[in-house]
Order: sequence, then structure tokens, then C-alpha cells
Amino acid sequence: MQIRGRSAFVTGGGNGIGRAIALALAAEGAAVAVADLDAAAAAKVAAEIAGEGGRALACQVEVANEESLREAASKAWEHFGSIGILVNNAGVLPPARPLLATSDEDWRWVFDVNVRGMLHAIRFFAPRFVEGGEPCWIVNTGSEHSLGVPHLGAGLYTASKHAVLGLSDVLRRELPASVGVSVLCPGMVASSLWRSTERRPEALGGSRPGHEGVGAAMERFGMPAAVVAAAVVRGIQEETFLVVTHPHAVEYAESRWQEVAAAFAAQGFEVVRTGSRGLFWLEPLVEVDTPSGRFGYGPVGAADVGGLVAAGIGAAGSHPLAIGLVEDHPYLKSQQRLTFKRIGIVDPASLQDYLDHGGYAGLRNALAMSGAEVVQAVTDSGLRGRGGAAFPTGIKWKTVLDQPVEQKYVTCNADEGDSGTFADRLIMEGDPFTLIEGMTIAGVAVGATQGYIYCRVEYPESIAALRTAIAAARAGGYLGDSVCGSGKPFELDVRVAAGAYVCGEETSMLQSIEGKRGEVRVRPPLPAIEGLFGKPTIVNNVMSLASVPVILDKGAAHYRDFGMGRSRGTIALQLAGNLKRGGLVERAFGVTLREVLYDYGGGSASGRPIKAVQVGGPLGAYLPESQFDTPLDYEAFAAIGALVGHGGIVAFDDTADMASLARYAFEFCAYESCGKCTPCRIGSTRGANVIDNLLAGRQPERQKELLGELCETMLHGSLCGLGGMTPFPVQSAMKHFPEDFAPRSRH
Amino acid sequence: MYAIDHIDCGTPASASEKLVTIEIDGHAIAVPEGTSVMRAAALAGTSIPKLCATDSLKAFGSCRLCLVEIEGRRGYPASCTTLVADGMKIRTDSDKLSQLRRGVMELYVSEHPLDCDGCPADGHCELQNMAKLHGVTDNVFSADGRCSERITHESKARVKALMTDDSNPYFSFDPSLCIACSRCVRACDETQGTLALTISGRGLASQVSASAGESFISSECVSCGACVEACPTAALSEKSIAALAKPAERSVTTTCAYCGVGCSLKAEVVDGKVSRMVPNRAGHANQGHACVKGRFAYGYATHPDRIRAPMIRAKITDPWREVSWDEAISHAASEFKRIQAKYGRGAVGGITSSRCTNEEVYLVQKLIRAAFGNNNVDTCARVCHSPTGFGLKQTLGESAGTQTFLSVMKSDVVIVMGANPTDGHPVFASHLKRALRAGTKLIIIDPREIQLTRTPHIEASYHLQLRPGTNVAVITALAHVVVTEGLVREDYVASRCEKDAFDKWRAWVSDPRHSPEATEAVTGVPAATLRGAARLYASAANGAIYYGLGVTEHSQGSTTVMGIANLAMATGNIGREGVGVNPLRGQNNVQGSCDMGSFPHEFPGYRHVSDDSVRHLFESAWGVELSDEPGLRIPNMFEAALDGSFKGMYIQGEDLAQSDPNTHHVVAALSALECLVVQDIFLCETAKFAHVLLPGSSFLEKDGTFTNAERRISPVRKVMEPLAGLADWEVTQKLANALGYPMNYAHPSEIMDEIARLTPTFHGVTYEKLDQLGSIQWPCNADAPEGTPTMHIGSFVRGKGKFFVTEYVATPERVNARFPLLLTTGRVLTQYNVGAQTRRTQNNVWHSEDTVEIHPHDAEVRGIGDGDWIGITSRAGETVLRAQVTDRVQPGVIYTTFHFPESGANVVTTDNSDWATNCPEYKVTAVQVVKVEKPLDWQVRFRQNRESRLPTRRDVTFETA
Repeated sequence: MQIRGRSAFVTGGGNGIGRAIALALAAEGAAVAVADLDAAAAAKVAAEIAGEGGRALACQVEVANEESLREAASKAWEHFGSIGILVNNAGVLPPARPLLATSDEDWRWVFDVNVRGMLHAIRFFAPRFVEGGEPCWIVNTGSEHSLGVPHLGAGLYTASKHAVLGLSDVLRRELPASVGVSVLCPGMVASSLWRSTERRPEALGGSRPGHEGVGAAMERFGMPAAVVAAAVVRGIQEETFLVVTHPHAVEYAESRWQEVAAAFAAQGFEVVRTGSRGLFWLEPLVEVDTPSGRFGYGPVGAADVGGLVAAGIGAAGSHPLAIGLVEDHPYLKSQQRLTFKRIGIVDPASLQDYLDHGGYAGLRNALAMSGAEVVQAVTDSGLRGRGGAAFPTGIKWKTVLDQPVEQKYVTCNADEGDSGTFADRLIMEGDPFTLIEGMTIAGVAVGATQGYIYCRVEYPESIAALRTAIAAARAGGYLGDSVCGSGKPFELDVRVAAGAYVCGEETSMLQSIEGKRGEVRVRPPLPAIEGLFGKPTIVNNVMSLASVPVILDKGAAHYRDFGMGRSRGTIALQLAGNLKRGGLVERAFGVTLREVLYDYGGGSASGRPIKAVQVGGPLGAYLPESQFDTPLDYEAFAAIGALVGHGGIVAFDDTADMASLARYAFEFCAYESCGKCTPCRIGSTRGANVIDNLLAGRQPERQKELLGELCETMLHGSLCGLGGMTPFPVQSAMKHFPEDFAPRSRH
Repeated sequence: MYAIDHIDCGTPASASEKLVTIEIDGHAIAVPEGTSVMRAAALAGTSIPKLCATDSLKAFGSCRLCLVEIEGRRGYPASCTTLVADGMKIRTDSDKLSQLRRGVMELYVSEHPLDCDGCPADGHCELQNMAKLHGVTDNVFSADGRCSERITHESKARVKALMTDDSNPYFSFDPSLCIACSRCVRACDETQGTLALTISGRGLASQVSASAGESFISSECVSCGACVEACPTAALSEKSIAALAKPAERSVTTTCAYCGVGCSLKAEVVDGKVSRMVPNRAGHANQGHACVKGRFAYGYATHPDRIRAPMIRAKITDPWREVSWDEAISHAASEFKRIQAKYGRGAVGGITSSRCTNEEVYLVQKLIRAAFGNNNVDTCARVCHSPTGFGLKQTLGESAGTQTFLSVMKSDVVIVMGANPTDGHPVFASHLKRALRAGTKLIIIDPREIQLTRTPHIEASYHLQLRPGTNVAVITALAHVVVTEGLVREDYVASRCEKDAFDKWRAWVSDPRHSPEATEAVTGVPAATLRGAARLYASAANGAIYYGLGVTEHSQGSTTVMGIANLAMATGNIGREGVGVNPLRGQNNVQGSCDMGSFPHEFPGYRHVSDDSVRHLFESAWGVELSDEPGLRIPNMFEAALDGSFKGMYIQGEDLAQSDPNTHHVVAALSALECLVVQDIFLCETAKFAHVLLPGSSFLEKDGTFTNAERRISPVRKVMEPLAGLADWEVTQKLANALGYPMNYAHPSEIMDEIARLTPTFHGVTYEKLDQLGSIQWPCNADAPEGTPTMHIGSFVRGKGKFFVTEYVATPERVNARFPLLLTTGRVLTQYNVGAQTRRTQNNVWHSEDTVEIHPHDAEVRGIGDGDWIGITSRAGETVLRAQVTDRVQPGVIYTTFHFPESGANVVTTDNSDWATNCPEYKVTAVQVVKVEKPLDWQVRFRQNRESRLPTRRDVTFETA
């Protein structure tokens, strides 16, 4: 329907999405009544509209209170003569809490605002809309939660947003055709929704400060409200029921890049898209080829491009976004990039670019060697499985090599599902040929003729990049019946995972590639002896395989010379969580956690002290400050009961509740358990129950005892690492932060 | 829940012959390599706790109760998945192990509360036992009774009722009792090979699910019961035991009375009645498996339709009159004596039953030969596998299959010809499917697509979809390829077969007129496909042929059997494991009834009545003079009845009026008899023409033995008393005595002793040995005291194998403009033979009427849609059935089953028969079909009569059988 000339009533219009919708509707020529609990905010938005020459009215409203709503709505109706658009946007976000720990008060509060508040406005406006007979529109703000995207800890919010979708769906069928209904289902949006607890009524629990961590995340990762509002306006104009703005996050990021690229192209520049250097806070990072090297600017928006060019792009220090020569950036300069040496430099889709940067030198060497020599080189390099288990890669290869079987396979585990990890993704999207080369070397070395990359479905860009690169490698003769004319065949395909964490466990992965239920197989037999389709199979992580080309190129000794103790070479550390500078750090083993957190990560993003760090994914132990000087080394970490794992590092500041995080470990395990072995299948859920009972003060001593026994059962009884390692975060949290496990009153 | 008397070793036995020595809790024991630690411990007498392991399934390692400590190894390996290694030192118990096991049990019990009262598995539940063993009684995770997942008792009952899947008539699935051990899923995969079950969901939401979240009845489940047997709790349990709510008193090991697989079953008994049937894991033929018929469809034995008292009448139009046993017997005897006095000694005869025991069959033929004084004895094998007996005797020297069923596990290539094992011989099909999943290649020769053609993880390499009636041409063409492409195993043939016959056959078969290219026009099998199949079979290290009634029930059935033997001999595929020529016998004791001298020309052990030494042996043992003239075959009896020279018949357990071809002709013959004595458990179709009706006893009501398709003699044991007071053998004995020929056996074992004494292939068989060994494959004598699993090792029974020229002579039954389609017939899984037993069970839920499969093209040109009534007319008669439009059949061919009397399949079939044995040609009838409005009047009457008593799929009332 047409918006121009109509009037709109927008609840929650003072902030965030509501404000953006109010502004967007005004920009389309609608008069807008900005209704908000916060009168000052409403007034400010009304003033903004008026400032742009639009018509606006500010109203104070408490949607949960039908009287208040009627009063504001009547006022608006009278003021504009009629209303044709209702935007039911007011909503609150309760604190994250497992469903079983949510209070009745919170339920009343959330449903009063998010659902009944909506109903109050509909009761007022819908009959008038029907009566008028003119085309009218109602927009209800739901969420991606309405669509069943599961968010642990957001059960209450999810329930309310499901209610919004249900209510809207019925409403649009019950109302005559002249009154349209849309449901807005956004994902995370940059807004102040996280502060809604500050306005919780006294009777329902009173005011509480919002969670700043959530706020920071929303600010940093949320989509701009204006983008969402534009979709709502389109939704009204095009009369669509579901207005889904996410998962366009990827498209949104993509569009930002496109805009920057287009702006440069318009200025006559040749733009090449590379992978990520791993300096996330500087992205989009623009690097300009200069005679002295690549000169960087970041983060660059499309709007910055004109200024950069005007300032004489490439001239050092001439613009506030300039970071100097990228290679000299301290974050990069101090790193030891072996596996990631081409990342951010080469065009990931270009085989030529790969070759120009030393690609396939390792494979050429390998083809000149016997299989046994290649395997020996990998053994000598000291490379250990980077997926987390740290098993010597060369020994695994040797087992496969020694099997007198005609058909063998190489499989790459690219089901990167640990929270806070992204190294595999960076390789696959930034330098996919490195992985392809590594797998080809593995194949020709052990006599495998077919490789599979098992990539998680959540990485569509990785899958696309791999497929492009595989096609290019095949066309270039680097895959196929005769790799590089050697007469040795090797083929490679991508298999898309179906979203189960446990399929990152190697035997489950093999089951899944075979088309079976992703369920852990008992070992022995080892996959190296009876793996995919019962044949000898190399199963390696992306990072392990991507480290092979450099070993074959520069020699085992070169690689082995990095590192400490039995941890040789480099490790890709992925910095995430509450850190100022998230990104990728490739360093030789031996760097301490503290160096990583502070020298690279720059300390916490919130500015508060770092309380705990989880290394090695969701099943890694929580390390307290007293352990930050531990060097990153498999054995040193094992000695303190921690993991290096896949190198993911997630930091938490002192607002973190370690009991909730311990509970989350169980919850994660319960959600991802394949359901085969009893300790993991039932124990994970019972673990969460026990923590609930403990925090609720029900026989707390008994609960601690039970928790200890349960952890033992899971540790020693589980079939695979998922259940077997879940006790690590739990026990470390209890050990280092016992105060967080004291019984507390229910909230 | 496995049988109440089973001791479970946890994992299957290893086949290795190499022994390794290990130490379990300080005690040394030697076990075969490949044995699990769990099984080794069980063999040493130590039972390691377990829930997901059971010795019929591969180790799975999910319950984590069976953890042990092994010296020199880290952690606590699961004993089910850990294999023994020489010198391994294992501890099965320690404080730490107890603690871990208790931890696991606490988790189970938090999910599956111990509300055992009234549970069908109470007292025999593995979860209950394990909880008890580890001292777990309560949910420890329920703090102050406030476990966060606690639900009230009432709501639990509601949830349970909502979630329970009662759709299968025989068992129910209650997910609230499920412990997600996957035993059912694995049983469906490994034991049955249907792969109907899976686990859906993850974590605690992991749940057993049939097909894609369907109810059991709508899923691909074939109701074999393997899942029920494997379930450690009552999550999957028989409705029959839930209804009784009483533990079984005893368990009786006996043998299934359905198909020729001869599964060993354990009948559990409550209050003198069968409470359930459990497959016997020690059963040699079935290896702990069974099917929907044997495991569940035993309710007919106590069906109200059972005849419980003898009855007589003067004319078949008179009403029946219940009489005493003595009156019935003496009436029958006096009638037979009267007829013989009036029309001559040869005016009477009898039919033995392939459903009765060996001992009973033996007595009937003895009665006919000794008391009637003629050889007018025949058996229903006449109408199924008589060509097998003839063809294999001629070529190999013995009228029986050459292998054990399990031999198929060692086959590299299997030909299945004219058989549909998943429906007709389901338990053998499961063995076969296991071999196929492990890589054995399959060739199917069948006009119709059977399930094995393509089913999960199985696809036939070749399907030779021949025109019905062209078996001989196909078999000869296969042999032609073998001979002309140099695939003959010359050394084998030279050393083991008659040279002259082979040379003659080789020259004949090499003629280009037998080439696949030449026969293609007749058989419809593309030459390239046939050549591919021939090469695959001939080049296999072990090639085996399994065939069924699709081979024998033809005018050239015997020729095809000989052709099969030729092919197997030429390729060296007889005389060891993994090869052979294997008839899949239709009925439980069809092999035994043939063995026991049911044919008019043969004494027990296939010895001709004209052989003086044999006849003298029987004459001296039986104390009478015996005729050296072969008697009448069934078709001859009918002819003789119609021409007035044959007047009296004693038919034990055989429904000729329904099962024999050309019903009109059969009815006319039966109606012409002056005295027809029918001994049956039901008032069958044939009984409608009887003058004396003697109540039969089901297999549950007597002792004896059955012999299956692998020549395996298995014990049948009395589970309950005969409903009418007498077992069949006692009735025959009474009749013999009344006829003046004395028989005085006190127990069937005495009959077996006599059989063994008089039959060389049975010389070593005794009931004691059967009890000791479980079963025995004949020949069993001084040369093979424990029986003979594989025949013809080293040399053939007849000495040298003999090749026969198998000229293809097309059946006189031809299609023409009036009868343009060929009708062929077969079976479905859930019904058995003429349906007398299975129709009286809940199996009707799956198949409540016979339908006609017709190709979409043939249907379309006739305006026939799925479910339409269609009239089928042949040169012999007409019937009406519902159409099922499917491309399982090829154009020009229609297919039906004959499990319901109102289907009238045999009203349509002709009286063509095998040239050598008179086996009827059920498989080829030229017909025309047209769409009609309704069934014929007589069919409607049949249906109404039945539907008033039995459930159908559309009207299911799930009573317990």
C-alpha cells in the first residue's frame, strides 16, 4: 500500500528499530505519532522528523496498560484526523536465563509488553481500520526467535516472539483484506533493547541495569536499525506478511564491501578482494599496492572513499584511517605466519595468484619423493593434529600408507563448530588452494585417490570458495587423473555437513559423509585402518592439512624449528569474546596466554579486568588470571588440566557468572550430544539440573557431591570427547571460581 | 526381551579357530581370536554388567556399563567393544568401576523410573536387574523431590498413553520405557535387514523412530519382531504378555510350522497357553530370528474355528453330526472296507500332509501301503516341489537341497530364481541380505520385480525379467554362454561328472539356437543382460542357486531343475560351502513328507516300490505283503474318481479344493467320492466334500519332527494338550487298528526309531540325539553321525554327476487374442499358503484380500484404475479381484496371490502340469481381464462369512491373539 499521505502510530518509537521505522515512514511522506514509554526519547524523534520537514507527534505510552495506550492512540487519531499504519514495535528483552530459571514476574512483564501491549493497540486501531474501509497496515515486531531460531537462555523472549507470530498470522486471516498485517523478524539489531530491564516495573521485579556485554555485542554485531526499517517500509509497500531482515547479515556485510569496492572502482582503482588478514577491528581493510609495500586503511566505509582518495591514497599518515604499511602493523609483524602467509594477500579465487605466491611448491617436491619419504617429512616436522587431539599427523599418515588396500581416502574435517574459532574458515575463504594442496600431498603420499572436505553448512562462503578453487585446480591439472602429470590420480569433493557439532568428531564425520546418522563409532578400528566406507582413511583438520604445503616446500626442519617442547611449528590462535582486538594470531608454540590476551587482544573490550579465559572451544577449561602465564603448548596446558584444542580463545570480564558458564557447558553438551552413550546423553542434562538445584540452594552440599560424581562418570564413561570433555569447563569453573557457585535467591 | 531361559554372552561368537589366552580377574582362559572381553568373561563365568550389548548383535558400546580395567591401558575401556589380545590382563570389578557403573545407572534411573509393578518386563527387565545390581533405587537427581523435570504421576500416564505406538497388532512401543540403547534399531538392520528403524533427535531427545517418524504399522516395518526380542526393557513388548501380566511358567523349544525355513522357536507358556513365541538364538536354521508369521501368527491354534470333535454325515448335503472318536473311526474304517470290497483294493487312497510331522506322514503312508494294501499315496509336494525331487535325483542323486542356509554367507554370487525370499522365506532372506550387504552379488531371474531387486543397501546386479514359462530357455542360454565363452570348470567336470553325458550336453548346448541372442525373442531377456549374468555367476569363486516354486510349478518344472543342476555342475558349484542348488521349500515339512515315502512310487528314503530288496525290508518290518506297483498320483486319483474307479480318500491336513489347480475339476472329483475322510484343524474347503471329519492337532499339540529345506530334522514339542484330545499320529494309528492293521506306538519317538531302522539316510537319527544337537541334517548314519550340512562333497550321491539335455518345449498355455495376458502367482509375507492359519490371525491387518498386480500400460488400455474390480477369465474359469496397478510386473503379465478362498486363483489356473511329475503349472495361465462392477456372487458370500469374524486393515480391532 501507499505510505505517502497516511499517518502512522509507532510504539517504542523513541529508540532503536521503532525510531528508525518512524524516521523511514516520515521520509516516505507519512505523518508519524511517535509513542514511547520514554517521553523524552519520543519527543526527540518527533523533533528530528519535524526538523526534516515532516509531521510528527510525540506521545508517552505504556503499552502494557490498555488505558494508557487508548489515551495516546486517541490523541494521535484526533491529532492527525485518522491513522492508517500501526507499528507495534514496543518490546522488552529479559535477562538471558535458562527457561527453568525464569521467574513468573518476568513472564508477566515480557508478555504484558511484547504480546498484550500489541493486543491493546490492535484492539484500538483494528476496528477503526476496518470501519474506514481504506487500505491500512499493521506491523508487529517479532524476531528471528519467532521463526524457531533457538537461542539458549532466551526461552522467555522466544516464547513471546512466537506468540507475536501466531497472533499476527491469525489476525491477518481474521481481518478483512483491506487491513494488512506484517511481522517483522529481525536478527540482532544495533539498538538499546538490552537496556529494557532498566524500565521493568517495580511490581514485576523493578529496575536492573542492562547487561553491558550484550549491549556491546549488539552495538558491534547488530545490523543498523535503518536497514531493518527500510525493509519494513518495503514490506508495507509490497504488502508482504513476513519481513525477514536476517540472515541477510551476510548480505549486509557483503553489501558494505560492495559499496566500498564500487566507490574505489568509480575512482578508477582496480579492486581485488582478498581473504581476511585477521585484523577484524580494522575491517573492511583496504590495502593499496605501493612501491614500498601494501599500505593499509581501516575500517573503511563507502563514505570514506572520497576522502581517502582526496588525501592521496597510499601516502603514509595522510588520513585518520591509515594504518601504515600493513606488514609493519605490530599485530602482524610479531606473528610467525607459515600456514597463513598468503592470507589477505592473494585473491582466493585465482590459481595464478596462488602460484605467484609460492603455491604448489610443496606438491611438486612431494611428487618427486616416494610416499614414504613424504610421510617421513611430515613426521619429522613434528606436526600434530590441529583439530584439538594433537595426534602426530605423520604417524596417522603412516598407518594409512601401510595398509595394503587399493582404495584409500583423505578426508578433511572442516566442520569448525567450536565457539570462538574461525581459523579454518579464514583458510577456506582466504587461501583455499593451500588446503587443496595439502590434501593432494596427503593423497599422493599414502595412495588415496579421493578426498572429501566435510564443511559445515553454516559456511556457505567457504563451500563456494572451495568449489571455485577445486574447479580451478582441476582445470590447471593439479587434481584429476594425473596430478601435475605425475600419473597419480587424486580427486576432491566438498561434502556439506548438516549442522551437528558431534560430526566434528572424526568417526561421526565419516558416518555423515557416508550418508548415515552422525553418530560416534567405536574405535578400534581406527579410521586409518577402517575409515570411510570401511577403507583406510586420513582424517585431518583443515589447519593440519593446510600446514603440510609449507612443510614440503621449506622442509621438515624449517617447520620443526618453530615451537617448544613437543609442540612444533605454529598455532593459529583465534581471539574472540570480550577483547578489544579480535582476530587471528599465528605464532610459534610457546607464546603465553597473557601475551596473546594483552599484546594482541589489547585487553577486554569492556575495559574491565579479564576474569576467565576459555581456550580450545566450549569444552576447554576456564583459566583464571593466575594461569595466564602458561605458554601455549599442548603439554603445558594439559598439565593444568586445560586444552589448546583448535586454538580458540574466548575472554570474559569480571561480570561473567561462572556458574552460568558451567551450566552452559552441560547445556551445550545436551544440545549437541549424538545420543549414543549414556553419560553424555543423559548426564549433560542432569548436570544442568544439578547446577540449578545447587544455585537454588536445594541440598547444596549433596549437589556438589553429585556434580563431582557426574563429572567422573562423564569423564571416564563417555564414548567420545564431547561428553568426556564437558567436565573440563565445569570443574575448572568450580575450582577457580567457587564463590560463583554459592546458592542464590531466585530472580 | 529375549527368551526367559537364555544366557546372554553379550557379543556374537568369533568364528576364528585361533585361540588366545587372557587373564580375567586372575583366571586364565583361552578364547577364539576376535572374541570380545565381555564374551570372554561370560565364557569364564563372569557376567559383566551391560545394557546395550546382546549376543545376537554386533557390539555398539553405548551404555558404558561394561567398562573394565585392562593392565597397561589408560582409562576404562568398554568390554563389549574391546577384543581380547594375547596375554591381556583384565579386571572386571574394582571400586572405581563400581562407582562409574553406579553413576551410569543413576543416569538411567533418572530417565526411566523404577515403576516396575505391572510392567510386562517385571522380573525379566535388564534395566531393573542392572539397577538392582548397582544398588540404585531412586532418582538421585531429584533434590527434595523437586527434580526440575518431575512430572506428576497422572500426567505421566497421560503422556505415556499419548506417546505409545499401538499400531502394530502384536507389539507396542512405549517410548517412556525406552533407554535408547539402539538394540531394536540394530536388530532391524543386522538381524532382519529391513532398516525400518532409526534414532531420531539428539541428546536426551534421541528416540526410536520407525521410518521417517511414522507409526510402526505405516512404516517399512515387516513386523518380524527382532526389535521386540532385542529390547532390554518393555519399551517394545508383545501385547500378548502385557495382556497376561504374568511371568511365563516355562519355555518349550519347538519348530515353526510355517515355511520351509523351519525356525527354532521357544514357546513361553502361561496358564497352559502360549504367552509368546521367541526365536531361539541357538536355532541352527534361524540363528535367533523369526518372521511375522512364526513369531506372532500362532493365534489360529486356539481360534474358535478349530474343530474340537469328530463329525460324520452320510451325504455331503447332510448336516454334520458330532460323534465320539470311536464312532468316527469305526465309521471311516467300515466305509473304506466296504468300498474296497465293492470296487477293489485300489479304489481308496490317501494324502499325507506337509504340515504334519515326519512321524505322522510316515504313519499315513504306512497305513495306505499296509492297511489299504495299495500305493495310492501322494502328498501336496506333488503341487510344489515334486520336480525338485525328480530333477535333483536324476542329476545329482539326491532329492534335496545341497547346503545349509548359512552357507549363503560364503557365496560370492547368488542366483535367486522364481523365488521371493523376503515374502516366502523371510528368515532365509535375512541371512541372504546380510551376505548381500557384505558384498555378495545377486542375480534375480523372475518375471516380476521382487523386493530383493532393490532394497536398502542391496541392489541386484542383474534382473533377468523373463516371460513366464520360459525358464528352460533362460537356463539353457546361461549354460550356452558358460560353455561357449570357455567358463566351464573343466577339471571339476572331468573328475566328477559322467563324460559321455557331458559331451553330449556340451555339443547340444553350444548350438547357436540356445544363444541369448536367439532366445531373447522368446524369453524377453536382453542378450547382453543374460550374458553379463552368466559371466558373473560362472566366474564367481562360490556361486549358489536358490530357487522356488517359480521354477517347479511349470509344465517344464523338472526340466528347469535339471537345467539348474547342469549349470551348477558345469561351473563347479556343488560340493562345498557357499555354492549349491537349493530349493526353497514352501511348507514346513514338505521335505520331510517327501522323505517319508509319500509318493506313490517310493518308500521312505526315495526307494522305488518295485525294488524287491527294499520292499522285502518293509514287508518283514510291517508284517504284510506290499504292492510293487506304483499307485495313483493326486491328478490320477481325481481322474479315477471321475471315471468311477476311485471311491474313498483319507486326506490329512491338506486343502486340495483350494490349493490344487482348476478348482471346478477338483470339486467334481471330490464330489464323486463315496467316502472322503478329512483330518484337519479347520473346516477347510475340502472338508465341505467330506463324510468324516477328524479334528487335527496343531504343531503346538504334539511331539514329532519337521524337516526343513536344508534337510534339517528339528524337534516339535508338545506345548499344550490336543484340543480334541488326540494328536494326528494317534488318530492315524486308531484308524489303522480299526482297519485291522495293528499299530501300537506309545510315543512318536518310537515311530522315528522305526523310520531310522528302515531308512539308510536316517539310520543315526534318534530323539536323544536331536535333544543333544538341537537339530540334524540328513543323511545321518554311521558315515555322518552328526548329520550332513553340505552334500556331494568329493563326489555326488549318484557317483558321477549326470548332465541332461534340457530341450525347451513351450507350454501349451499360449496367449492369443482372446487371452492376451499371462497370469502368474505368488505369496505375500504376512499370509501363508491357502491362508487357513494366517487368515485366522491379526496378520490380516497387512493383507486382507488378494489383489491382482497389473502393469500401468495394460491397465490403461483397459480403463482399469488402482483398486478397481477386474474380472479375470482363463480357458478354465473366471474370478474377480481388485486391481493393483504397478510396474513391478512387466507389460503382458499379471500377478496375484491365493491366500483367500474367495480369490479363486485356482478357479482360473489350468490342469497343465509338469511332464515328469504332474506338478501343476500354477505359474502360467493365459487370461483376459476386464473392468467389472463387483466380485462374483460366490466370492461375496465367502468374504461376508469371513469378515464377520476377522479383522481387516480397514476395520482393525487390536485384540490380542
